[in-house]
Amino acid sequence: MNLVTLTVDGRPVTVPEGASVAAAVATVTGVFRRSVRGTPRGPYCGMGQCFECEVRIDGRISLACLARATPGAIITTDAGTL
Amino acid sequence: MPEHFDVLILGAGPAGLAAAEILARAGRTVGLVDEQAQPGGQFGRERIRQRPGRSGRKLLEWLQHRNGITYFPGHRVVDCDPHPALVTESTRGSTRLTGGALILAPGARELVLPFPGWTLPGVFCAGGLQALAKSGWPVRGRRIVLAGSGPLLVASAHTLRHEGAEILAIIEQAARGSVARFLAGLPTWPAKALQTLGYLPTWARIPYETGAFVAEALGEERLEAVRIVERGRTRIVPCDLLGTGFGLIPNVEAAARLGCVLTPTPHPSVRVDGLQATSLPGIYAAGEVTGIGGVERAQIEGAIAGYAAVGNLPKARALAPKLAHWARFGEAVNRHFALRDPLRALARPDTVICRCEDVTLGEIDSAGGQGSVKLLTRLGMGPCQGRICLAALAELRPGYGTVTGSQAARPPLFPARLGTLAGEPAPEPHP
Repeated sequence: MNLVTLTVDGRPVTVPEGASVAAAVATVTGVFRRSVRGTPRGPYCGMGQCFECEVRIDGRISLACLARATPGAIITTDAGTL
Repeated sequence: MPEHFDVLILGAGPAGLAAAEILARAGRTVGLVDEQAQPGGQFGRERIRQRPGRSGRKLLEWLQHRNGITYFPGHRVVDCDPHPALVTESTRGSTRLTGGALILAPGARELVLPFPGWTLPGVFCAGGLQALAKSGWPVRGRRIVLAGSGPLLVASAHTLRHEGAEILAIIEQAARGSVARFLAGLPTWPAKALQTLGYLPTWARIPYETGAFVAEALGEERLEAVRIVERGRTRIVPCDLLGTGFGLIPNVEAAARLGCVLTPTPHPSVRVDGLQATSLPGIYAAGEVTGIGGVERAQIEGAIAGYAAVGNLPKARALAPKLAHWARFGEAVNRHFALRDPLRALARPDTVICRCEDVTLGEIDSAGGQGSVKLLTRLGMGPCQGRICLAALAELRPGYGTVTGSQAARPPLFPARLGTLAGEPAPEPHP
């Protein structure tokens, strides 16, 4: 199985090729963002509909469940909202 | 850059792929647009750890080499018009695609019924958790409860177990007799009976409780336990992850934006005739978007839409009996796993309904009706554009349900860059 290494909140993370960014973030934290009232949130629908898994991928706010982990990508959680 | 195709297809799931195959065989050019990174839709999603990649890789290869089909993975449709045209956005930029005809096959999403604690990290939609696990979400050794209703719970448990999770229980809200009647009817659809047999090893190993439901998810920063209610008895079960599935609802936003006639139901679907034609000329709809009925029905509808779009009406009409057969399966699922009222009464006044804007049920109730609720609470005005909360509210407070279809009928259909709407290419990533 080929592996992909990327960075999540400054930490190097290795996941199988084809894994989602959500899977990579989950190895570091289950809390992807804070809601408008500050409560912890993580992926919910898993299919790009609910926007709970918003993170920054190379600076751009994206849905972690729809994006594939790519080598060298820089992911940050608690990214704000689209 | 604008591109033109004989037929545009929105959605590379079972319905969209079935249509694409028929169109390509008939020598038509097809623009196949899908927001996922891989083809097959939610049904065809493959486990990344399953080696070697079988049907999915074959499918991808077929799509890439099939003359006439141009596949646009990772492309989200942010606007459309009935000419027809689709405006898409991807990490590489934005595109306006035009077609001689359009087949809408955007599938469905999961219906959610809010309950206390449902926003905690670790609580998922059941199909969503299955999809995440297939895409590498770590579930090995995790204790998982699956709750809600329908065959999806068992399918999800099956996948999660194969990924190494410990499934503590499947909590099915339907009564035992109802599930038994559903199973007794399965031989009418041998393929489904066979599929169910494939799940038996999973089913036999996992406590399957009927007439029960999860009333609350407990935890502070993440899920720690669930409260299960079974025939009036309550118990707390510590767990790491919870997947809840209450059924599916059609993704009608693009159809609503185009102006297709929808059904006047709490969760609208697209109205089609026997040739999958919508109320608009040259625009067809196929699969779950026309009503929830499962993969076989979706594939047949996709094929009918494909034949109809190339004018092969005899072939399209010949599929009608097959379609009716599989539509009855969908009806059986919907009938035997119909949601019972206690599930709609779990949310408390302080339970968040709109996850994007943190609007609670109490705030919605005190805002006084459909007209003022958005003005006063920002319900449904976050990035998901009401996809989650308005569908939930249609179940919890039926009076609000009718806004589901119209809510997202304005552009953009998903949050988009201003440049996309202005027709500019995407900027380079900036770390």
